[in-house]
Amino acid sequence: MDCLLAVPNVNLASVIENIRFTPILKNHMSWVTKTLSSTLGRKLIMALTGLFLILFLVGHVSGNLLLLKGDEGKSFNIYAEFMTTNPAVKLLSYLTYISVIGHVIYSIILTRKNKSARPIAYAETKASTNSSFSSRNMGILGTIILVFLMVHMQNFWYQMHWGDIPTVTYDGETYKDLFAVVSFSFQNELLVLGYVIAMGFLAFHLSHGFASAFQTLGLNHKKYSPAIETVGKIYCVVVPALFASMPLYIYFTS
Amino acid sequence: MILDSKIPAGPLSEKWTKHKFNSKLVNPANKRKYEVIVVGTGLAGASAAASLAELGYNVKAFCFQDSPRRAHSIAAQGGINAAKNYQNDGDSVFRLFYDTIKGGDYRAREANVYRLAEVSVNIIDQCVAQGVPFAREYGGLLANRSFGGAQVSRTFYARGQTGQQLLLGAYSALSRQVANGKVKLYPRTEMMDVVVVDGHARGIVTRNLITGAIENHAAHAVLLCTGGYGNVFFLSTNAMGSNVTAAWRAHKRGAYFANPCYTQIHPTCIPVSGDHQSKLTLMSESLRNDGRVWVPATKETADKLRKGEIKANDIADKDRDYYLERKYPSFGNLVPRDVASRNAKYVCDEGRGVNETGEAVFLDFRDAIKRDGEDTIRAKYGNLFDMYQQITGENPYQVPMMIYPAVHYTMGGLWVDYNLMTTVPGLYALGEANFSDHGANRLGASALMQGLADGYFVIPYTVGDYLAQIGPKPVDVNHPEFQKAANEVKDRINKLLSIKGSKTVDYFHKKLGKIMWDECGMARTAEGLSKAKAEIKALRAEFWKDVKVLGENEELNQSLEKAHRVADFLELGELMIDDALNRDESCGGHFREEYQTPEGEALRDDENFAYVAAWKYTGDNQEEELHKEPLEFENVKLTQRSYK
Amino acid sequence: MKLTLKVWRQKNNTDKGGFVSYPIDGISKDMSFLEMLDVLNEELSDKGEDPVHFDHDCREGICGMCSLFINGKPHGPQQTTTCQLHMRSFNDGDTITIEPWRAKAFPVVKDLVVDRSSFDRIIQAGGYVSVNTGGVPDANEIPIPKRIADEAFDAATCIGCGACVAACKNASAMLFVSAKISQLAMLPQGQVERKERAEKMIAQMDSEGFGACTNTGACSAECPKGISLTNIARMNREYFSAVVSSENV
Repeated sequence: MDCLLAVPNVNLASVIENIRFTPILKNHMSWVTKTLSSTLGRKLIMALTGLFLILFLVGHVSGNLLLLKGDEGKSFNIYAEFMTTNPAVKLLSYLTYISVIGHVIYSIILTRKNKSARPIAYAETKASTNSSFSSRNMGILGTIILVFLMVHMQNFWYQMHWGDIPTVTYDGETYKDLFAVVSFSFQNELLVLGYVIAMGFLAFHLSHGFASAFQTLGLNHKKYSPAIETVGKIYCVVVPALFASMPLYIYFTS
Repeated sequence: MILDSKIPAGPLSEKWTKHKFNSKLVNPANKRKYEVIVVGTGLAGASAAASLAELGYNVKAFCFQDSPRRAHSIAAQGGINAAKNYQNDGDSVFRLFYDTIKGGDYRAREANVYRLAEVSVNIIDQCVAQGVPFAREYGGLLANRSFGGAQVSRTFYARGQTGQQLLLGAYSALSRQVANGKVKLYPRTEMMDVVVVDGHARGIVTRNLITGAIENHAAHAVLLCTGGYGNVFFLSTNAMGSNVTAAWRAHKRGAYFANPCYTQIHPTCIPVSGDHQSKLTLMSESLRNDGRVWVPATKETADKLRKGEIKANDIADKDRDYYLERKYPSFGNLVPRDVASRNAKYVCDEGRGVNETGEAVFLDFRDAIKRDGEDTIRAKYGNLFDMYQQITGENPYQVPMMIYPAVHYTMGGLWVDYNLMTTVPGLYALGEANFSDHGANRLGASALMQGLADGYFVIPYTVGDYLAQIGPKPVDVNHPEFQKAANEVKDRINKLLSIKGSKTVDYFHKKLGKIMWDECGMARTAEGLSKAKAEIKALRAEFWKDVKVLGENEELNQSLEKAHRVADFLELGELMIDDALNRDESCGGHFREEYQTPEGEALRDDENFAYVAAWKYTGDNQEEELHKEPLEFENVKLTQRSYK
Repeated sequence: MKLTLKVWRQKNNTDKGGFVSYPIDGISKDMSFLEMLDVLNEELSDKGEDPVHFDHDCREGICGMCSLFINGKPHGPQQTTTCQLHMRSFNDGDTITIEPWRAKAFPVVKDLVVDRSSFDRIIQAGGYVSVNTGGVPDANEIPIPKRIADEAFDAATCIGCGACVAACKNASAMLFVSAKISQLAMLPQGQVERKERAEKMIAQMDSEGFGACTNTGACSAECPKGISLTNIARMNREYFSAVVSSENV
């Protein structure tokens, strides 16, 4: 902790550090804060938030499959309404926000620490011979995904919550017509292309992140690890592929 | 001066117990008032430093490596002996004692060797308690193997990395004491001299290898655990940094040097491949448990082999000479190291050597693989086979290994009494640095045993006895003797740096090594030795006139480090030759061609040479003075070794 | 063989340092990499230039002292120590780049020599079983299943060379630390101090300035002793279970 606090240049990460460890807390750091500020504790947060987001993606992709149902968006719009109003789902969505923010903040803290651990870079490295591309570029992949996430939330999430979007009526009830927004958005080939490419990055991020999270949690055992790795490999292809199929489907069918 | 070995009176098996009881004790509250210096952090040094710190003494531990964990004990492969008799095969403390005395060709002290065998059992307990992962049987108990000519299975091992595991155990105990504040570590620090005040060792002068700073350290006792001097041969299995400097400085300050000519040549090393060779790599002689040693039966076949006209595997059994099995039917490939080494030399001298240089014999696993399967052989020797393949580029599962003897261990060293104290009071020597336990030849898996015995179980008692006698009055580091010694060190450094000659340090080291290997190696003659003595004198004179040491003192300067070490080797080499010339007999690691049985075995002269030759330094370029410590054998009968 | 060596030269810790190229000729395939550097140093000495300083000692792959970053990989192209690397792994005409280990926790001392005492301090924080000499039970009173003993041995083979740190993009020491924590966590002898050991060694590792683990696996892939990543997972388990259950508040 000391070494991080000692670094003088102020940036986002150190501001966060300083908020969390005011002088009083610093002297009476509880075991929880101490643990969560150790390298392994931070990795634990990365793994837990990552795994939660992996679960979230399963829910997200399943719900969004309603886009492909071919009922002019009725099921999708009802589902979207449910997702934004149901208290239990709300709670989950707050957890998701926290996970995203936590995952991002801790990745910044860790990256900063990692960069400071090697102040002088090698003139030549052959890292590709000892590790996978994804594993070495989680930060870059994550940053791209974060940018995508912001665009994505502006496109739909912001519109759904605060935007001025058309409504439809099913069986006498009025719903926000998110389906129309989605259908309209994905007429734009640039946006479709952007989404598909972003899912490619997501796939790479997950191809390492999935199994890596389990390794960080200490779950590496010759009995279970092969299964974890297999599921991870399937997951990192299937989930992003399903996501990518949606804008493509809409673009080509409308 | 009369050498007093201080061997306690009484029956052999009670000597150590009685001696421990008769040793004076330091009051627990007073222990913290004593300072002890330990030089070297191998098995002997690390175990001594840790044990003394545990007792409450303040310890300063020095090593030239960047970490105590890198001391060359780490490279020992085969195992460690202990008279546990876990295998119910007839082992006992007395049998280990007997084997060690006999294996040492009756040139070791009975009392020391018996004590070694006695504490061997405690070593295993200690190491296991530290978490050393020895090999185990499926039932969870410790596994043993027979090793290096022993008729019982008493060797404990951790795959082929026993030395590493034992050293890491001792290093962990040492690290714990560093954390406790009882040991202060000085890595990358070389001992340059011992400081003797009023006849007692009171400290050392060191050089910080990074800054070049010359520093004085005072203590109530100084322990030299600095290993052997095999690098006098330039090529040996020792680490590149292994050196005699600490022991030699002590020698020049009054510590007698005993039996310097006893050199162990290890039979199973990877042969030299060319002039560029910087060191030799040993493969554990446990390989001889399953490998069969052979050369072609005739010189003609060997010639064809060397020219590459035929391959080893093409040679039929009838055209092979399994010479160890032929000459020594009962021991076969497991004859002691010196016998195995010398026989390799003989067959190669006959022109039957098998590699390009003609200096190699085969060690063949074909039959063992056929008998036990490749997997079993891999499980036993996998890491050794991998190492061999890495170095030579050949696959020993398919073609026979090639081996040749190489200098491996030096039985000689600083003379010590039963308390491991040298002839300078307060100055101790432990492990390979002393001469005490192996006589003229060391048995396999006994070096680790001795290093740890000295450090864990002997020195804590004997140093206490001395410290209790001298009292805890602080030692003054400002005593003029310290300044004097430090100035001498500085002068020597300046001298080396100012010669600015034309030849590198390695040039001299290689030349010295060649002289020593040719004339003071596996077989020696009076004529060759006399010639070598003159050559070394000349080489030494040339060194001090024409050596080129670059750089300055005030920096990390590896040429300067080497120059110091080689300068001392150039003096030691001559003493080794004197000792070899003096010993008109053959015994163990000292084979004089003039003295052999009709079968070509070492011929001892017990009547005239059953003594320890302890040499006293008398001044630069002066002949050293020989002192004899007679060896008395009350418990074993001296026999001619026979491994037929 | 004829080669060009691009070697990092740095006079001392405060010097900025830089690469210097040296042509070298007459190198045999049978030479070890360090013997090739010996040849270079003899040539430099003959010319009156300061030889290239590098750490090395046993030259048989076990002391862990040699530590060169060769052509972008710790210990060079093979999974072994630098001293066991032979010139047959290179081709005539090659340019070979030689750098020191790069990590904040391994400051450069001179040229290719770095200070790895941070590893010693991590061991000092708890990499031992606290037993004094003497007074221990008979060795066979502690039966250990062969499988466990073998696995503990696999972890214990670490030679402390630091290739894991050198290979890791984060200069993380997790593989080194986990090997020691694993060895002692698996063995019955290590149980008494199991929790405290994990907590203390990891705290020390963090304070030395090593990076975090991204589970790239580079450490294990480059480890001359092939120490497995399962040790890091085990260390994580050990640590998490220690912090939630130890007495250390």
